[in-house]
Amino acid sequence: MADELIFQPAARLAAQLTAGKISSVRLLQAFLSRTMAVDGRVKAFNSHDETGALVQARAADERRAAGRARGPLDGLPVGLKDVIAVEGQPLTCSSKMLANFISPYDATVSVKLKAAGAILWGRMNMDEFAMGSSTENSAFGPTANPWDLSRVPGGSSGGAAAAVAAGELPFALGSDTGGSIRQPAAFCGIVGLKPTYGLVSRYGLAAFASSLDQIGTLTRTVEDAALLLGAIAGHDPQDSTSFRTEIPDYRAELKKRRGTWRLGVPREYFGAGLDPEIGAAVKSAIEFYRQSGCEIKEVSLPLAAEYAVAVYYLIATAEASSNLARYDGVRFGHRSTKAKDTVDLYCQSRAEGFGEEVKRRIILGTHVLSSGYYDAYYMRAQKVRTLIRNEFVCVFRDCDALLSPTTPTAAFRLGEKSADPLAMYLNDIYTISVNLAGLPGVSIPCGFTGTGLPIGLQLIGQPFQEADLLAIAHRYEQGHDWHTKHPALS
Amino acid sequence: MKYEAAIGLEVHVQLRTASKMFTRVAAGYGAAPNTLTDPVVLALPGALPVMNKEALDKIIKAGLMLGCAIEPVCKWDRKNYFYPDSPKNYQISQYDQPICLGGTVEIELPGASRNVMGEHKKIPLTRIHLEEDVGKLNHGTGDSLVDYNRAGTPLMEIVSEPALHSADEAFAFLTSLRTTLVQGGISDCDMEKGQLRCDANISIRPVGETMLGTKVELKNLNSISFVRDGIALEIRRQSAVLEGGGFIGQETRQYDGEAGTSTAMRSKEMAHDYRYFPDPDLMPVKVDAAWQAQIRATVPELPFDRQRRFFEEYQLPYTITSVLVSDRELSDFFEETAKLSGKPQAAGNWITNDLLRELDGAKITLTDCKLRPSHLAGLLQLVEAGVISSTIAREVFAAMFLTGEAAEAIVARQDLKQSTDAGELEKWVAEAIAANPKAVAEFKAGKEQAINAVKGTVMKASKGKANPKLVDEIMRKQLGASPRPVN
Repeated sequence: MADELIFQPAARLAAQLTAGKISSVRLLQAFLSRTMAVDGRVKAFNSHDETGALVQARAADERRAAGRARGPLDGLPVGLKDVIAVEGQPLTCSSKMLANFISPYDATVSVKLKAAGAILWGRMNMDEFAMGSSTENSAFGPTANPWDLSRVPGGSSGGAAAAVAAGELPFALGSDTGGSIRQPAAFCGIVGLKPTYGLVSRYGLAAFASSLDQIGTLTRTVEDAALLLGAIAGHDPQDSTSFRTEIPDYRAELKKRRGTWRLGVPREYFGAGLDPEIGAAVKSAIEFYRQSGCEIKEVSLPLAAEYAVAVYYLIATAEASSNLARYDGVRFGHRSTKAKDTVDLYCQSRAEGFGEEVKRRIILGTHVLSSGYYDAYYMRAQKVRTLIRNEFVCVFRDCDALLSPTTPTAAFRLGEKSADPLAMYLNDIYTISVNLAGLPGVSIPCGFTGTGLPIGLQLIGQPFQEADLLAIAHRYEQGHDWHTKHPALS
Repeated sequence: MKYEAAIGLEVHVQLRTASKMFTRVAAGYGAAPNTLTDPVVLALPGALPVMNKEALDKIIKAGLMLGCAIEPVCKWDRKNYFYPDSPKNYQISQYDQPICLGGTVEIELPGASRNVMGEHKKIPLTRIHLEEDVGKLNHGTGDSLVDYNRAGTPLMEIVSEPALHSADEAFAFLTSLRTTLVQGGISDCDMEKGQLRCDANISIRPVGETMLGTKVELKNLNSISFVRDGIALEIRRQSAVLEGGGFIGQETRQYDGEAGTSTAMRSKEMAHDYRYFPDPDLMPVKVDAAWQAQIRATVPELPFDRQRRFFEEYQLPYTITSVLVSDRELSDFFEETAKLSGKPQAAGNWITNDLLRELDGAKITLTDCKLRPSHLAGLLQLVEAGVISSTIAREVFAAMFLTGEAAEAIVARQDLKQSTDAGELEKWVAEAIAANPKAVAEFKAGKEQAINAVKGTVMKASKGKANPKLVDEIMRKQLGASPRPVN
């Protein structure tokens, strides 16, 4: 009985709530007991507010009984990557620096979800300050992949992806700076959507790299992604980089948009380094689209393929070095007790509060912006970023979306790449250019490896054309049942 | 050897806006510590800046007043450095594309005496840019407290070329700049509240040399007279070093205005690398021609331009115009009175003498004053028409200042009209002559001034209402003297 609930898509749960077949309290209890049963092994949660969640669930049931339900999300529990602010809840960014920090304010997405009646109850584990691809860089310990507990769930939104895959949550919000939603979604066999830069407000998202960060969704199905995106998208006067654009009913559009899509396949994304099993699964997905009447064309993104990772690690680290300067032990967060003077307070607090990867990136970014190096590194990286963006603009003249693998390999083993940062960085080779170009991208399940690990198909869309992108992804999902498979977790 | 100084000023001015530079929290002075804060001011995780349009309007207006070129795009950069008064540990500022370029500040140097106009010069500006202010550290014994109320207040930095050559010129520059900015409604420029702060870059070189000497930055010049005194001290210090065969190192010095001394703070070797880069949280803002035109329409006449116009249009003396144009409201008050009364010179005198004295005595500002230009104009017309004497006019003025009643109403109610009734005047004069035999004898003996005693008695008897001119004529007639000599 519980199994039937916890692995159902959120849209179906919403329908059952609306039809009065289940209550919000009953639903929350199902997820709570699943979490109690499996999270000791998955370790997806940093914290959760059980009492508060139950109060909200009861309130949602009362609204529904009184005919005042706030819409499809009313009474559905949602997990938030521990980088998104909710008033009165911890906001740790999986860092010792913020281990005891409680946010005094709501992110814009939190305000929107609360208004829609969703229950914000879980704080999901992640790589510290969203820096990483495995969730091993968490100050509170790694999250495991529910499909194989000896493997990573991907990252940095690994806790959110693992919890959805493991049936601990119907859906969650993550953040994606270079692939941090799509890569863990691929590793965990779920749907991960990174919207166009500017579609979802970043207000209340603890910044890693401001020009690349974007909040997005981790869901069981494409329809759920459409449902959740509709609740959080839209212009926000508190985020200067948010964009004024019409927000369609993404869920309704899934069924309406049935074109013969023109789909590009970037030649360079199928070269050396791609695991043959992944390549085969993605090619068979491409074949599905061809047979369903879509026009498939080979395209070329030479600059994106060659330089995206290098450009990303210059721009993202530069911005991070400045964004993370506020964690200094003066106003909030970890403060060293050993400090002898002001400068020492900064040095000791940051030395104690930040983990290795965060320090590595702050040092790199500080160097990138230093006088004498700025032009050679930061400035040049920005120019190449523009060229990469232009490359996508050209390709999109003839394509509605691009198809590629999400990752070069399936989930790797815990500890396998922790000693080799460069190998870890290359895991995001297919996802990073999407952030540099500010485009929307979604990863959907497209098969399993011989050892039973999920494989992700990445679809890249045109700016602010999430309705098309999701409709294209939905067509594949309708023709397959990968998304109905669940990890045994026995 | 003779030395010449080259001084450039960096002036920080807080803009007068309702809210802070990048958030809607109120900007203000004197609130309880850390009450003017929010997630953005405190740089909490996830907080984002949003630009305050009023601040941009104000700096563009300042730029237009000072003749700057306004850049078509307002771009934001981060200036990275760690200090506890800076919540983000970077300051949002403008690095390579300041919103205002060039421009000048017109200054007036001290004249030969107080009532003589001094030499005017136009001091070129390098740039004006917009940034956010930092918080305030209060150092106690053993600990320091931070107040972030000031943090995030819109702050404009005005940088002059090193074109000032003396402490007096620097003093004149700041005085003129402050007057201009206050009159434009840009800032209140109260140095005690830190709304205007000044650092000076000072170098000296032998007269005739064209290369600039090594500059020393002088900080903590927190009043206009400290600016003058601190710069004078630094010029003397550098001259003494060079005279003694020494060498000026590039450094930053802290001025102590109370002690009249300065001490070294840091040398060039400790200079910061601020790692400027464009702020990715803020979009560049286009400042188009329509926006500029809208602001240009609000730019007031500059004080020195107004002074020149007052000379020409109203033939007012230097001293009176100086007082008037130092205050925009006072100048406006004057012009309205002049227009209504047609008596600009009398208006100038009444305003700069009587009105300022009454305001000072009552400790109120012109805004709160009940006496308006129409009142003063009415009074001037009554004096002009001979309805009241100038003595009575002072009484009426004082009454108007207190009550805000029209002059005519006060004159009518208190029956203060000058008397021109010949019979009444003849009677008063005859009585006065009888009462002052000694003065009359002296007058007849040729002592012209002695007649004033008689006149005083008439005025007293008439309670000041007797028309002085008619009294004079009747007096002379009764005493058989010739009419008053014209001098």
